[in-house]
Amino acid sequence: MSRTVRAVRVPSRKTAGVHWGQWVFGAALVLLMLFTLFPFYWAIVASLTPDAALFRDPSLWPQHIIGDHYRALFVDRDFITPIRNSLIVAGTTTIFCLCVGTLAAYALARLEFKGKAAIMAFILAVTMFPQISIVSPLYLLLRSLHLIDTYPGLIMPYMTFAMPLTVWVLTGSIRQIPKDLEEAAHVDGASRRQSFTKILLPLAVPSLATTGILTFIYCWNEFLFALSFTLGPERQTVPVAIALFRGQYQVPWGEILAAAVVATTPVAALVLFFQRRIVQGLTAGAVKG
Amino acid sequence: MKTISRLGHEARLGWTLVAPALAVIGLIAIFPLGWTVWESLHLHELRMPWLGQPFVGLANYVEIAKDPRFWAALAHTAFFTVVSITLELLIGLFLALAMNRVFRGRGFVRAAVLVPWAIPTVVAALLWRFIFESQGGIANALLVDAHILKESMVWFIQTATAWVPVVLADVWKTTPFVALLLLAGLQNIDLSLYEAAAVDGANAWWQLRHITLPLLKPAILVTLVFRTLDGFRVFDLIYVLTGGGPGTSTEPVALYTFNALLQNLRFGYGSALSVVIFAITFGLALLYVRGLGVRLGGDET
Repeated sequence: MSRTVRAVRVPSRKTAGVHWGQWVFGAALVLLMLFTLFPFYWAIVASLTPDAALFRDPSLWPQHIIGDHYRALFVDRDFITPIRNSLIVAGTTTIFCLCVGTLAAYALARLEFKGKAAIMAFILAVTMFPQISIVSPLYLLLRSLHLIDTYPGLIMPYMTFAMPLTVWVLTGSIRQIPKDLEEAAHVDGASRRQSFTKILLPLAVPSLATTGILTFIYCWNEFLFALSFTLGPERQTVPVAIALFRGQYQVPWGEILAAAVVATTPVAALVLFFQRRIVQGLTAGAVKG
Repeated sequence: MKTISRLGHEARLGWTLVAPALAVIGLIAIFPLGWTVWESLHLHELRMPWLGQPFVGLANYVEIAKDPRFWAALAHTAFFTVVSITLELLIGLFLALAMNRVFRGRGFVRAAVLVPWAIPTVVAALLWRFIFESQGGIANALLVDAHILKESMVWFIQTATAWVPVVLADVWKTTPFVALLLLAGLQNIDLSLYEAAAVDGANAWWQLRHITLPLLKPAILVTLVFRTLDGFRVFDLIYVLTGGGPGTSTEPVALYTFNALLQNLRFGYGSALSVVIFAITFGLALLYVRGLGVRLGGDET
């Protein structure tokens, strides 16, 4: 249906064409879903397969399932430590950023003042900062403060990306909460502080939760700073620990994949559970222009 | 209703509330950036403390200009960025159009595509490394079974084939993000436009070309900015997947800088590299915003 159709400015719809298009569309979507899900499936299968069978005639279906890799992960390798490190670092950073960020986001979303647009532009610019460009001074700074290989030595650098992210997402999210209630309260003589704590904060709990989840995910996944500012397994976070897994003779793929499954599960659960809110938080502000 | 004094009060309150966040960002992001520039003008070899930290002017930058490994790394970064973003935009656009429709299982598709975006990049890289690892790996097995490959191959030993898992992993991980940004743009398009076009008998292809794509242009440009800057910062993915190898043939600028800093402990030179990366990303962002008129955020409603 090319020549004749193109001659007409607005080509007419053909029922057969629509059906055909829908089949192609469906098939492409199924292929994309397979592409998306296969690595996860394969990681789970491999994490349950004995090392010796991993690269010998791999079969798409699990042959004999074993739990050895998971046992080795927690018994021989102490994978609990990096999980604890990640939870402490990502958790502390997120909570601190939420506390400080809420004040800033409130001002940026609700108050009218000169310089607001400039502040927003500045914050957006900082979120696009290449991390590598501040690794050297942060390393020297943390070294002189004896903070290399400590929790504060990771939490501080994490603020560089977590703080602007938190303020940006939270501002976008608070802007979407209707102003009516606050304005009514102001008419009734409520102070700014009262309308903030009594009215906006309770309404903003979902926004805070979404932002918190996003910030936590970014911190949980961070690699460059965690690699640069830790020295050994004592303070390594999950991504660094997994990336640096070494076996005595060969790459311990079974354990690596078991660790990958363990590191992925909580994030995947969060995402599946809060899917709608996360999407809103991610795209609020980004494409509004 | 707003009086001058009220506005003055609001301004003071506004700045007071914003101050702590700005202070944190200034202290740990902007101040170090200045420090990086200062370091880049000095010779600073952590391995050779007896050399001190003499001022060397632009010597580090001159060395970068003559450093073939830097130019190669820059070319790798640009290649990686262009190839992966092109694929991500095409697939992302398809996904966004798909997710914007109503069909059975749409919720599942939306949730499923979000998971790769949310997991650590390191994990994504390891999953794809494992898929392409060794001649007995699953990628080889499947490709040989499908008669796409005659015999299984070692992917990470040659530059050309080592890029395949790198680009695939990036496309796999970031296409969801691209699709979501585009989807948000799609949802801003007035549906009555399509209805009017359908009444006039326009088919789906015509609607895509004459309604969707023109109106989606702002969202596409914003996505392009985000992804280009991400691409130029690529580190985790390649560190884990190829380590920059074979040799240094897939090494991006961020990895070269990391090696100069924390492997070779050349802080002066590494800082100069950092400044160059910053300047490039900053320049690219400016180019997009000024040249293409991309409006980032900034809705004041």
